[in-house]
Amino acid sequence: MSEETVRKRIPWEVFIRPRRGLAHQHVGSVHGADADMALANARDLYTRRGETVSLWVVRSDHVRASAPDEKGPLFANAEHKPFRHPEHYVPLNETDGHDG
Amino acid sequence: MTVSEIPREQLDTAGYALRLGDDALILCQRLCAWITRAPTIEEDLALSNIALDLLGHARTLLSLAGRLDGTDRTDDDLAYGRMEREFRNVLLVELPGGDFAMTIARQLAYSVHCRLLWTELERSADPGLAAFAVRAAKEVEYHRMHAAQWTVRLGRGTEESRRRMRAGLAHVWPYAAELFESDELTRRLDASGTGVDPARLREPWERETAAVLAEAGLEVPPGAWAATGGRSGLHTEAFGPLLAEFQSVRRQYPGGTW
Amino acid sequence: MPETREVRKTREGCPEERFEALLAAGEQIEPGDRMPDGYRRMVLRQIAQHAHSEIIGMQPEGAWLTRAPSLHRKASLLAKVQDEAGHGLYLYAAAETLGVDRAELLDALHRGHQRYAATFNHPALTWADTGAIAWLTDGAAVVNQVPLCQTSYGPYARAMRRVCQEEAFHVRQGYDVLWSLCRGTPEQKRMAQDAVDRWWLPAVALMFGPPDTVAGGADARTAAMGTSVTRRSMAWGIKRHTNDELRQRFVDNCVPQAERLGVTLPDPAIRWNEERGHYDFTPVDWQQFRDVLGDGSACARQRLAHRVAAHAAGAWVREAVDAYAARQAEHGERAEHGEAA
Repeated sequence: MSEETVRKRIPWEVFIRPRRGLAHQHVGSVHGADADMALANARDLYTRRGETVSLWVVRSDHVRASAPDEKGPLFANAEHKPFRHPEHYVPLNETDGHDG
Repeated sequence: MTVSEIPREQLDTAGYALRLGDDALILCQRLCAWITRAPTIEEDLALSNIALDLLGHARTLLSLAGRLDGTDRTDDDLAYGRMEREFRNVLLVELPGGDFAMTIARQLAYSVHCRLLWTELERSADPGLAAFAVRAAKEVEYHRMHAAQWTVRLGRGTEESRRRMRAGLAHVWPYAAELFESDELTRRLDASGTGVDPARLREPWERETAAVLAEAGLEVPPGAWAATGGRSGLHTEAFGPLLAEFQSVRRQYPGGTW
Repeated sequence: MPETREVRKTREGCPEERFEALLAAGEQIEPGDRMPDGYRRMVLRQIAQHAHSEIIGMQPEGAWLTRAPSLHRKASLLAKVQDEAGHGLYLYAAAETLGVDRAELLDALHRGHQRYAATFNHPALTWADTGAIAWLTDGAAVVNQVPLCQTSYGPYARAMRRVCQEEAFHVRQGYDVLWSLCRGTPEQKRMAQDAVDRWWLPAVALMFGPPDTVAGGADARTAAMGTSVTRRSMAWGIKRHTNDELRQRFVDNCVPQAERLGVTLPDPAIRWNEERGHYDFTPVDWQQFRDVLGDGSACARQRLAHRVAAHAAGAWVREAVDAYAARQAEHGERAEHGEAA
């Protein structure tokens, strides 16, 4: 028991494709000593009610995540570029919104 | 229509559905006792999922039996209104207690058998049975995967898990023999294409379970003896207490509505 | 964003103002964000207690799985107890994003270092208890949990949204169990009333925590203590309402439901207060509950002993799982190296 207590377990991140045509979406995480077990646990935990067409499990430590500190350098360049958005331009039809 | 006016074929199908329904019902009852006691919370979830599937199978099969046998009994009537000697389940599913390895050994024996059976019955001449078998085969395939994966994990885990898995297999394997018992009823149903002669499933069952055990590094337990009796209502002594517990509330409140 | 702990380790020296600014903007705190230790401890304690309550809460109803009086009820109860296991898993996973391991949390539960809702230290004596527990304690849980879907810690809020979606079924099925009993034989109706009599106060008192306002019945000292904890929790956006507000909401829900059901809630003080627009009820005597339900009660001991025994009995299985996985991983690595060579 004490050994169990000290050993940190790497969780698996679970992704579900709820319907054909949709991307896999992150729904949470599960434990599992191996991939088969993680998949079985994810199946039992996350697909009891809804329709699911596909399930992915990915070991948490295999995900390279951007750190919050990197938010500035990574994502700030998307700001101040209104010309990427259709609303920036003259509407094609009168019903199109134009906030510029 | 009195029972004597019902065609024998129909009564046979009813008796067949009753046997298979009782198997699912009683195994469900045993699995229910695991919930809150499983080795991990994930297994509480997995075993209750399997129990829920089996309960669904029992309800469909018992309803079918009560409709076909002319008594017009519901699934609840059959589950809660019969006495020990009237149940037709194999002894395998009523075996009490045991550790997780014993439960996995039983799940392996039962679910490999069921997957073979339901796959065959998808082509049953009885449309009700055939429609049900299509659904049941899919569900029980998951139960089989669950049991097979655990058998391998325990067989190739630690010294202790291997020892326990071996003991569990040795305990339940002689009871699996009853799943393959043929009698007049199953032979007639096999001939008419409604049912399957259980003896036909023995060889593929042995092959499939042997493959799993080989992967688990375990030997097939020697065929020391073969249990029998459940199909004619001769149960183990543990069955009485199981049934008493199962039916207690309903019997305590006669005429109750639930 | 995947909720990995590694993220938390890699970032250093972020100003605390950022945390406060996020809260002020109504944004949620995510696992990688810098957070005050007090916030982390408070969120962790609440999630852990919540998770433990789900797991221990499986026991009173789980004990009736083998005796459910119809196959339909058996299926509903199985599905419900199973959901509780699932909710425990969602919540333990949310707690793990704060850098603890589930094994540590279970260990703390087993040693009595972390608590669970003392409501479940009451025994489930009859079949009707399964109905009363689901209607009343799950009903109370829903009142607690709906605001928690907006709680400031992202993983907790997401877990609560899943839990709430599923919990609605629990309350309905419990009410449905009692509904059938109340329309059955006189003996059945008596069983239903008896269960409601026994589960009403535990739900009202213990599912919402101690009174945290003087109006809620606390003496000045208890109220002051409760208020300070509640105020801090609310300032951090963990809690959204006082215990007493939620308690009132629960009573307001239950009174008309009990009337439709045909059972009497065991509190003679319950009556509609036109002026307040709420039902009055007897203030909770917290001290009484502390005395009666301290961790030493027979049922409390049994709950924990049951849980500890199951965990201990499963140790060899978990060890086998780890040993097998370790061997597989070794095999995998060897195979990879073999290919490379």
